[in-house]
Amino acid sequence: MKRSLLSGNEAVALGAYHAGVRVAAAYPGTPSTEILEELSRHPDVYCEWAPNEKVALEVGIGACLGGARTLVAMKHVGLNVAADPWMTLPYVGVNAGLVLVVADDPGMHSSQNEQDTRYFARMAKAPLLEPSDSQEAYQLTLEAFAISERYDTPVLLRLETRISHSRTVVEHDGTRMRVDLPYEKDAVKRVMIPGYARLRHSVLIKRLEELAREADSFPHNRVEMRSDKVGIVTSGVCYQYAREAFPEASILKLAFVYPLPEKTVRDFASHFHRLYVVEELEPFLEEGLKAMGLDAVGKTRIPREGELNPDIVGRSLADLIEMDTGVKGGGWTPPPSRQALPPESALPSRPPVMCPGCPHRGLFYLLSRLKLLVSSDIGCYTLSVLPPLSGIDCQVCMGAGVGMALGLEKAFATSEVNAGMRGKVVGSLGDSTFIHGGITGLIDMVYNRTPSTIIILDNRTTAMTGFQDHPGTGKTLMGEETRALDLEALCRAVGVESVRVVDPWDLEATEKVIREEVEAPRTSVIISRRPCVLLERRPAKPYVVEEEKCNGCRRCLRLGCPALVVRGEKAWVDPLLCVGCSLCAQLCRQDALREAGEDG
Amino acid sequence: MADVILVGVGGQGNVLSARILAETALLAGYDVKTSEVHGMAQRGGSVICTVRWGEKVYSPLIPEGRADYLLAFELLEGLRYLVYLRPGGTAIVNDYRLDPLPVQRGDAAYPQDALDVIRSRAGKTLVLEALEVAKAAGDRRAVGTVILGALSRFLEFSVPAWEETIRRLVPSRAVEVNLRAFAMGRERG
Repeated sequence: MKRSLLSGNEAVALGAYHAGVRVAAAYPGTPSTEILEELSRHPDVYCEWAPNEKVALEVGIGACLGGARTLVAMKHVGLNVAADPWMTLPYVGVNAGLVLVVADDPGMHSSQNEQDTRYFARMAKAPLLEPSDSQEAYQLTLEAFAISERYDTPVLLRLETRISHSRTVVEHDGTRMRVDLPYEKDAVKRVMIPGYARLRHSVLIKRLEELAREADSFPHNRVEMRSDKVGIVTSGVCYQYAREAFPEASILKLAFVYPLPEKTVRDFASHFHRLYVVEELEPFLEEGLKAMGLDAVGKTRIPREGELNPDIVGRSLADLIEMDTGVKGGGWTPPPSRQALPPESALPSRPPVMCPGCPHRGLFYLLSRLKLLVSSDIGCYTLSVLPPLSGIDCQVCMGAGVGMALGLEKAFATSEVNAGMRGKVVGSLGDSTFIHGGITGLIDMVYNRTPSTIIILDNRTTAMTGFQDHPGTGKTLMGEETRALDLEALCRAVGVESVRVVDPWDLEATEKVIREEVEAPRTSVIISRRPCVLLERRPAKPYVVEEEKCNGCRRCLRLGCPALVVRGEKAWVDPLLCVGCSLCAQLCRQDALREAGEDG
Repeated sequence: MADVILVGVGGQGNVLSARILAETALLAGYDVKTSEVHGMAQRGGSVICTVRWGEKVYSPLIPEGRADYLLAFELLEGLRYLVYLRPGGTAIVNDYRLDPLPVQRGDAAYPQDALDVIRSRAGKTLVLEALEVAKAAGDRRAVGTVILGALSRFLEFSVPAWEETIRRLVPSRAVEVNLRAFAMGRERG
């Protein structure tokens, strides 16, 4: 038996490998990204970055119908993109097993919303498993494939940030299974015309009843009887928090979360006058328990937003459990006094910032200075919303900057109060997100004669999630060279008349192009191209401030560069951080910034 | 058993340090859990990692006031997460200040009393010039290994066990520098 310290993501990848997965597809997204990166290191598994999550799932559907066990991975908001195939896949069923791994992000460490993926299982009538540590992430991945094939259904494996990115001990001695099922044509089952889909919906509803029975016999649901007065129902990482906060409480830890194992829950409930439900985000388990007519305390006490931890769980339930048990605090030990400590609000915050030399900095400095209305999407550049750049007006999801720009432009076109905004709208998005979800918006823009400018921030990688390749980079997840998507040719092909490429390290030339294209009454695309500074590490040529020339005007600080600091009244460049992008020198009117050169 | 919290700024290497510590505890046969921050961590934001080991560990997150050790790679971050240190616990602090954006722009003041406040909660505070030591060892990026070297004085794990995990987890070209940084940190522990 091997004993390894694995993250939840690594454990899923190992489980998938041992389960015999031959095809895997994903679009990168924190906290799910490392699953495919890890799986791609194993031999004999085809792994790909798909252009978006919808395509990833469609690739997965094809592969499982083709007889290969298949893993598809994404973050929670990715499933919104993949929701179309996801909602009909359970009708079609699988051939070899298909497991969709979705990682939620309670607390929004790196996300735009806090949606709860468990509802996607209920909505699609597909089973959902949820591990509480890496050991279970490994085992439940194996179980998920077995269930998928036994019940002819896709299985949703739900992770959360603290499962994906916590390392816990995994014991495993697995050898790789070999699954290779024959493909047989079955149009009634796999072509969802209404007449066939009606038949399949009945099958789906019947299957859900069978899955509920399976849930009741599932070996990874665990009853831990301790106190005869306090019963907690929980799942996922919340099990760990509940166990730590109330060590004497009895716990029903669910791993099969949907459909709910009703008999298991009722048996557990019969020991207690009421149940406590410890779960992150929405009252999913709580609603299930209440629908069964059980008395359950959950979201009236435990927050529906943000990430939980042992302190929050303890504080939320201590008084009630004290009443149940007569034990002070219900067995929860409150944290020591914070009195001698400065309140968090008194400390300067440390928001993430764009790196020194980041190609996005110069571009958003210009957009902000030109007072353009910028509709943007998700990537490192979203950080430019913060002062001093303050370069973004609105951002919702990947690719949305294009469609929103179109909508804004059309609203302003017939507005009196916003007439001054006409012709000032710019949409911005990344190279990876343009391919993910921006292309169709651009087609709409050309088709519907919209005089806006779209800026593609082409840094040659998917930077925010840790430098994954995409169709524009010329390299695959498996390290093969491939044909790189030509962004200029693509934009021209959809009918954009003016496609221009700028270097965002050259402020003057970039500004000129932006001004021209914004003024021109046509759809145009500017490709702001320079590789991410972390991707192509070049020898740095740091700049220095000539103190006698610096007059302390702080103009250079408008760039929000981490390498630029005020010391006394003058600017100072941190030589360890500066990479020599020269933007500050381009801004300085006193000519006080220059390349350090050999003398430093 | 022990609970350790590692705090610093994205890019300082505390995620790797947390892994080295955790794998060393695993070698000693313990149940081990860590939590790490990804995504935004590379963008110069505040970063916190936890490592816990013992006969059986539940939550990967450490409750407030329970960490036995606080490893602060940067002063302000040490102060920010001091609340997790058990009163009377041990703080190992890199005497290093990295101004966050609001301070750089002059919109907020860097707390001058960070070390005093840390000392007032910790039973023992060890202050290190970890960056200087790392440079002397041969690479300024080895700050985390210097801090681990200092921590190793307080823990039961053998030096060969530490060295084994460093060899396994650090990129091969950086192994010698990190072993040196570890030894130099240990001398100061």
